[in-house]
Amino acid sequence: MQISARRIDKITIFDVIGDIDLANSPEVRKALLKELKEARVPRVVMNMSKVRYIDSSGVASLVEGLKASRDVGSRFILFGLSPSAREVLQLSRLLKIFEVYDDEAQALA
Amino acid sequence: MSGELLLKLELRSDPSMLCVVRGTMERLTEVLGFSAAECRSVTRAVDEAITNIMRHSYKNQPHKPIELQVLRLRPDARSGRGDGLEFLLCDRGPAVDPAKMQGRRLDEIKPGGLGLHFIRQSMDIVEFKRARGGNLLRLVKYLQPATPGEAGKRRESLADLGPTNR
Repeated sequence: MQISARRIDKITIFDVIGDIDLANSPEVRKALLKELKEARVPRVVMNMSKVRYIDSSGVASLVEGLKASRDVGSRFILFGLSPSAREVLQLSRLLKIFEVYDDEAQALA
Repeated sequence: MSGELLLKLELRSDPSMLCVVRGTMERLTEVLGFSAAECRSVTRAVDEAITNIMRHSYKNQPHKPIELQVLRLRPDARSGRGDGLEFLLCDRGPAVDPAKMQGRRLDEIKPGGLGLHFIRQSMDIVEFKRARGGNLLRLVKYLQPATPGEAGKRRESLADLGPTNR
């Protein structure tokens, strides 16, 4: 998995490529919490369009990001969910908890 | 063991091996004629089961043994069950308290505790027992009733695997 960050105005966009699982979910968690808790970026966006698979540890990292965003009053947004990622969020009843969009334009609007 | 052995994997509790297991499960279920959604579901369950072993049984120690066997289950006229797959996962970790294998409530929004839910939502049978000094997790997934076209494809896929020993 690769994770990289872009900054547009006051928005940080994380582009994630590859599967998110136990091997790398701590890296995702660390990146999210650094941006939300330390940098206090008002909007953090996760580009999930190249994430084919996410496991429960990856979902846990996203939930931590969501909770951190609520703590600091930021927005945490996901876009481009694959069928597998969407299923996992549905199964865990989290799909409606997250702010989810189809594409980057919607996520940045 | 109640079915015909299709596949046996021995791996170490190294998380970087999870993608290898997923790739194997995706191909296996695809070859056996599972639908795309079933392939994802079965792959997810096996992945989460191995993740649980790595995290909870072995406490993230990376060099411990894990064995995965996949067996083919034939249709059973008495139960009315069709073809299926049985997954046997064995680890050598300390005994796990079954009472702790519940997962968290889904109406709570907090990290963790989801893996067991994914396994139970995917599989038709989930059984756990302590055997021969290790933990044994048995998962069974039956093929869902297929459309006529899919059923023919499945028959061909299963026939390609040869006769069963049952």
